[in-house]
Amino acid sequence: MHPAFSVIFLTTLIGAAQGLFLALFSTQVYQEVGILSNVSASGFYGTGAVISLILLGLGLFSSFFHLGHPERAWRAAAMWRTSWLSREVIALPTMMAAVFVYGVMHMFDMDGIALTVGSVNLSASLFVGVFGVIAAFALFICTAMIYACIKFLQEWSTPLTVINYFLFGTASGFTLATALAAYLGLQEQVSFLGGWAIALTVAVFITRLASLYRNNRIKYKSTVQSAIGIRHNQIQQKVQGAMGGSFNTREYFHGKTAQFLKSIKYIFLVLVFPVPVALMATALSDGNTSILVAAFVIQYAGLLAERWFFFAQANHPQNIYYQTV
Amino acid sequence: MTQLALIIDLNVCVGCSACVTSCKEWNTSGPAGFMSDDNPYAKDPTGTFFNRVQTYEVGTYPNTETVHFPKSCLHCEEPPCVPVCPTGASYKRENDGIVLVDYDKCIGCKYCSWACPYGAREIDEHQKVMKKCTLCVDRIYDESLPESERKPACVLACPTNARLFGDVHDPDSYVSTVIREEGGYPLMPEWGTQPSNHYLPRRKNKITIHEDELIRVDNPLNKEQKEHHKPVDGAVLDDSSFI
Repeated sequence: MHPAFSVIFLTTLIGAAQGLFLALFSTQVYQEVGILSNVSASGFYGTGAVISLILLGLGLFSSFFHLGHPERAWRAAAMWRTSWLSREVIALPTMMAAVFVYGVMHMFDMDGIALTVGSVNLSASLFVGVFGVIAAFALFICTAMIYACIKFLQEWSTPLTVINYFLFGTASGFTLATALAAYLGLQEQVSFLGGWAIALTVAVFITRLASLYRNNRIKYKSTVQSAIGIRHNQIQQKVQGAMGGSFNTREYFHGKTAQFLKSIKYIFLVLVFPVPVALMATALSDGNTSILVAAFVIQYAGLLAERWFFFAQANHPQNIYYQTV
Repeated sequence: MTQLALIIDLNVCVGCSACVTSCKEWNTSGPAGFMSDDNPYAKDPTGTFFNRVQTYEVGTYPNTETVHFPKSCLHCEEPPCVPVCPTGASYKRENDGIVLVDYDKCIGCKYCSWACPYGAREIDEHQKVMKKCTLCVDRIYDESLPESERKPACVLACPTNARLFGDVHDPDSYVSTVIREEGGYPLMPEWGTQPSNHYLPRRKNKITIHEDELIRVDNPLNKEQKEHHKPVDGAVLDDSSFI
């Protein structure tokens, strides 16, 4: 497929935003049950929610560049019964609303104790947070299922797509949360979030390697024989029905060499996994903000390469009809 | 239920592209607006088409065969492009099974084109909406046309009658009969899309004659003659039977 930068930015930005929100919520849960010490609500949670909201907004903004008619985008919520894209269009604003309310409650100190269980006081924002967590999970599933549900795009049609989208998003979000905690000087939270960020990055390294391994060994179900229905081993295309190319020759090919594709793969394998993990491992003990910010920026740049590769690697069966490209 | 469809006879298609030009002529002048082109008379011409003719060479020289292969939307019975559409712009008509795009609802996200394994959908680069074969829905029901002309433009244009149009759900229709009797097949059956359009294979008129059909080894006359042509001395019964 031809990777579209609007979609690459959409999926990576909202992934990091969802992960960041999950990191905020986890920290708050740990804090309220007394495992982590209390921090200023408007500082960590408020700022984090604002960053998450900005990333979600940027993702939404970038998605409009993918549309031929952005002014009709509101129509896209209509077919949620059948279309994962439509479900994503509903889940994304829902997530934004939840993060907004969560952020406002922390920012303007509108929180209060909603429930007391034994010695544990659970604040109202936590319940808004639960709603946000559900929305974040739903959004991860919707985004990934857009790709995983197309069964003849065999590189995408696997549960690993959903797992990877979830883990990539949470890994980058927790890395960002670690950097934020370091910036605010919350050493205890830096260790907590950094540990999770490293664990999630290692987890997604394993699942992404699994999907690379799987995709290298795909046996394509469609062949030129099944595509035109002629039983012969030697079939060569001579004419593809267009002199100067068509939508079919532009949309479904990445237009780069196999060498380029391979180099992108190695670039993302280095930038997403070992470099951020090494940077975080060195900076976790002293909470060095600049190194932790660098870890997030490098990982995010790697994720852009990863997403580009994800699209470029998918081989659409219609390409059988355009062999001479 | 009706399912209108095209049957493409690869046996008689000569690859003249008359279907391509007549399709473009009819649909670019239709009520849905033009089908845009870029550089139509210059280098690297490109544009929106509902139908294209491709050519394949089967076999290795000198034993090759040229197959012209017209390709358009197959109006699948289980169209994968329809459920993925977020706006409902892509839909399949209940009454005749034609898969259509509502150009006023389409947001141009291209997701349906990703979900079509055949590459039958093309975005109009200027109107920014997804376009595809409509089976000439604006002419097959037009009662101002004589009944013989209420067919898709490509079908009327084909000089070799390689394109047939009809209801593939009616078992007695001409198209159903040729699918059944001439070996009509769907494209990429492995995805379960159940294309309504079918293709008729290349067919060679051959008759198989075995050697024993030219010289009948079991001819009873031969056997008898061999018996009777043995040299006989003297008169036999036949010589005297009519006396």
